[in-house]
Amino acid sequence: MKLSDIIVADAIVPKLASRTRDEAITELVEALAEAGAISRAKVKDITKAILAREAQATTGIGKGVALPHVKLEGIKKPIGTIGCSGEGIDFNSLDSKPVYSVILLLSNPKNPDEHLQAMETIFKHVQRDIFRKFLRQSETSQAVIELIREADEIG
Amino acid sequence: MPAVETEVEIVNKYGLHARPAVLLVEAANRFGCKIEISNSSLSVDAKSIMSVMRLAAGKGTVLKIVAYGEDAEQAVREIVKLFADGFGEE
Repeated sequence: MKLSDIIVADAIVPKLASRTRDEAITELVEALAEAGAISRAKVKDITKAILAREAQATTGIGKGVALPHVKLEGIKKPIGTIGCSGEGIDFNSLDSKPVYSVILLLSNPKNPDEHLQAMETIFKHVQRDIFRKFLRQSETSQAVIELIREADEIG
Repeated sequence: MPAVETEVEIVNKYGLHARPAVLLVEAANRFGCKIEISNSSLSVDAKSIMSVMRLAAGKGTVLKIVAYGEDAEQAVREIVKLFADGFGEE
């Protein structure tokens, strides 16, 4: 699976307006609806489900990255988007540090292996210092899209 | 120091997804020994969440655990228990 197959390019938010975790998650779900990747009618339910998941255990995995996600009926294949925050957002992360890159993922509960594959793809790139650094420095959607494309090429 | 080695099977429905992975990494970090977890193609540090998620281990997957160090035996026992309990999930 490639990162560019998961991330909806039109839903990337290079400069998150949000300053809090809940707002950032809402902003990214709305961006997915805006891009036509999910139905606008489902924004509220999806946001609520992600926040409930986040309340169980933080997805702020450290090193400035958070991966809020949820498995939901009606999601055909794993889809996601990326939001960047210059100021940093408190995600109650494992390393207690602010989050600069939020990667949000939705997948289908009937296909857990596909979800794991999508997470593996995301982690493969996120564990590289250089990927995290460039993602944090990206100020436009185009910069994020190019970074994803390059990362996919490296594999 | 002898290595302690065992195999575990993923029994919970959603596999080693983010929440169980965090539990595993937290447990691993309570011990001083070095702990490696591997599937058929990849061997990773059990103390790093970024690495553990790379295993993409679904239900039914068998993983190998190897620990090296003074408290290796206790660490492996603890980790085996987490897998056997399905990380508290169905």
